[in-house]
Amino acid sequence: MDLLIRFVAAAVAAGTPLLYGTLGEIMTEKAGHLNLGVEGMMSVGACAGFLAGYYTDSFALALLAAFGAAAASALIYGVLTVTLMANQNVTGLTLTIFGIGLSNFIGILALGRSESGTLKLPEGITAQMRGAGIPGLRDIPVAGPLLFSYNAFVYIGIVIAVLLFLYFGRTKSGLNLQAVGHNPGAADAAGIQVTRYKYASILIGGGICGIGGAYCAMIINGGVWVSNNVGGLGWIAVALVIFANWKPLNAIGGSLVFGALRILKFYVPKSVLPLPNAFYDMMPFLITALILVVTSMRKKQNLSLPGNLGNHYFREER
Amino acid sequence: MPHSTERKSADRTSVLAAGALSGKDAIACRGITKRFGTVVANDHIDLTVRYGEVLALLGENGSGKTTLMNMLSGIYHPDEGVILVDGQEAVINSPVDAMNMGIGMIYQHFRLVDVFSAMENIVLGTKEKRLRDKELKEKISEICQSFGLEIQPEKRVYEMSVSEKQTVEILKVLYRGTRILILDEPTAVLTPQETQKLFQILRKMKEQGCAIIIITHKLHEVLEISDRVTILRKGKSIDTVETAGTDEKILTELMVGKAVSLEIDRPPVNHKSPILKVVNLTVKKPDGTKAIDNISFEIRKGEILGVAGVAGSGQKELCEAIAGLMKIDKGAILYEQENIIGKTPAEIIRMGISMSFVPEDRLGMGLVASMDMVENMMLKSYGNGRGPFVDRKPARELANRLVEKLGIVTPGIDTPVRLLSGGNVQKVLLGREIESCPNLLITAYPVRGLDINSSYTIYDLLNEQKKKDVAVIFIGEDLDVLLELSDVIMVLCHGKITGFLDARKASKEQVGLYMTGAFSQEVAQ
Ligand SMILES: Nc1ncnc2c1ncn2[C@@H]1O[C@H](COP(=O)(O)OP(=O)(O)OP(=O)(O)O)[C@@H](O)[C@H]1O
Ligand SMILES: [Mg+2]
Repeated sequence: MDLLIRFVAAAVAAGTPLLYGTLGEIMTEKAGHLNLGVEGMMSVGACAGFLAGYYTDSFALALLAAFGAAAASALIYGVLTVTLMANQNVTGLTLTIFGIGLSNFIGILALGRSESGTLKLPEGITAQMRGAGIPGLRDIPVAGPLLFSYNAFVYIGIVIAVLLFLYFGRTKSGLNLQAVGHNPGAADAAGIQVTRYKYASILIGGGICGIGGAYCAMIINGGVWVSNNVGGLGWIAVALVIFANWKPLNAIGGSLVFGALRILKFYVPKSVLPLPNAFYDMMPFLITALILVVTSMRKKQNLSLPGNLGNHYFREER
Repeated sequence: MPHSTERKSADRTSVLAAGALSGKDAIACRGITKRFGTVVANDHIDLTVRYGEVLALLGENGSGKTTLMNMLSGIYHPDEGVILVDGQEAVINSPVDAMNMGIGMIYQHFRLVDVFSAMENIVLGTKEKRLRDKELKEKISEICQSFGLEIQPEKRVYEMSVSEKQTVEILKVLYRGTRILILDEPTAVLTPQETQKLFQILRKMKEQGCAIIIITHKLHEVLEISDRVTILRKGKSIDTVETAGTDEKILTELMVGKAVSLEIDRPPVNHKSPILKVVNLTVKKPDGTKAIDNISFEIRKGEILGVAGVAGSGQKELCEAIAGLMKIDKGAILYEQENIIGKTPAEIIRMGISMSFVPEDRLGMGLVASMDMVENMMLKSYGNGRGPFVDRKPARELANRLVEKLGIVTPGIDTPVRLLSGGNVQKVLLGREIESCPNLLITAYPVRGLDINSSYTIYDLLNEQKKKDVAVIFIGEDLDVLLELSDVIMVLCHGKITGFLDARKASKEQVGLYMTGAFSQEVAQ
């Protein structure tokens, strides 16, 4: 029992950065833009969030910096793909390479300036993040550790997921955004400002990814800066979007499952099931592939998939 | 800001209801010019439409009709000239601008979000606050009643027929308080009955004082619905005439620039032996219902078999079954005594059967939009050459020949076909199919959206094939043409054959009755 609770808690912790990446990418893809730069935007967010936390000792400022910096990197993608109509796949891949490189570079600069030769987040912010489990409720047996013991990132992520769900499903603006993603020509003819919606969703989506990056830098390694701290999670998030069928609430479950898969190797003793670690690392991608097979076998129209994903829109073109 | 626009359009509707604007100029174009690279699509065009009238815009394929209308709806911006709306110079930079001026357009290719419901599409992008579903439905049904429309508000667009989609488009513009309505070839994909329904709606709108511009290639429709006709030729506005004082011949002459004979000849059939025999054919749709139900027929060399029927009576499935694109449930298809069921489409093409189907949306019909004409020609023939390299020369020659023979309007054979006008894209497809020298040519709706002159060119081409002993299955919509062109007419109704008629003797009314299934011959098996 205790092991199971620990396993779930660890899965949540491992799944949270995935949740942010997935939500950010869902937001972006709803506008019809496939941004393969999730890994890069998360890296930029990681670096900005960590350093802001390191220098200001404020969790709120760290979040803000992560969101802002990642959104700024998404702006590069936006200008290239929306305004200049460059190929989305190429631009996204480039953004990934750029983002990782930039993040590591700045990290090394900062390391060089620090006297101890390492960067560790100060006590204040660590306390703000760690102590964020909900006091009082946290101590209930079983439910306490399962539901109320996590750091602030987890709860913010769930709130964002719920907000996105309400936005897509319940608001006019959300409907407009999905119209843009499905058929920009129709949206344009209906009087929707297509370009504005695209930029907004790309920037906000990028920002959300950035917070996920901050989690990687600030939580996973115990508050110590290491290079390449996102470590491929951005790519899994891109796959998770498909797994979640572009639905924010599914993304919560999806990231929990994928988070569990990532840590499963530490919980299944090699003596019971002698599988190499690489097998577990492969699982998320294998499952995504299976999901793809299953969803494409269903003949029904997939309402959630933005129909015009990956294509640019130019009003005068035909 | 959104408030003021709303109030403005509300004012306009009330003014309209009083009929105060009727007869005043709604839109006046003065010297509108639009160039695409070296192509001058519109060359100093003048056009005026008044409130309370229907103006028909007539012109050959590629004469610039769609381009001109796109400038009124804010899709393009004119290079030269001015547009006056309600007598005032207007700058229309986007569809929003057009909407705020009360201009609404129904495009040649619908602009609807497939996965949304009718209702969601109707309110999409409007600035007022989101209504509750019930209120919204009431508002929509109010509009429906006053114009005589029918709609299921909850139905999703991808489940709709073309005519239902069009109704959604019309409701979309009516909901926004449109006073100036532009329709780009709305009837090209409608059945005659649906067209009549549309015209009823347009008449109601006209009565209420709206200004309407309609583009259509069917001259009898122009004569029926319009008050005046503006004619474009090669991007220039040639003339505007009162409909009452004109007829099909005059209009065609104005459009083409020379006298054109509107006769179709019908050479006799010299052969007795059938080239294709279909025996007890049954084809099922993916959902398990029968698209074609136990039909048998044959066609001789040098014969044109016309297939009549309400859209969706199994025409598409019949074409695809013969071309090897669809699984056959029961029956046999004998081509020169050989059963072709189970053969691949490529094998069937090699045997000399060619099929061209122009679908309702007229896109995706066997051409690759981003490729140029030459490459599209090669799609069908590159397998012929020997060795791993393609030979472009024959394809280039073919492309050039088609441009000349069919009068395809294009900057050059190296231009991607997606940039050609709707009708010209179609000519490329048909030309390629005919030029592949088949023994059996199946062609469905080949003149959908083609101008009158090109339509007759197509009929001539089919007759030319007939004289070369090619058997032709011609699936058409226009009964007059079917009766004039075919030797035998086969009528389909709900996937069954209701009758074979001798086209030389049958009347339009007769065919119509067979089409609805009111009449049915005992068809010999
Ligand atoms: N976006 C574009 N880019 C390049 N050329 C264009 C574009 N739009 C139109 N053209 C060219 O302008 C000319 C006029 O086209 P348009 O679509 O207005 O013709 P149309 O009168 O509507 O013909 P149809 O009856 O076939 O629809 C054509 O020669 C077409 O190739
Ligand atoms: Mg057109």
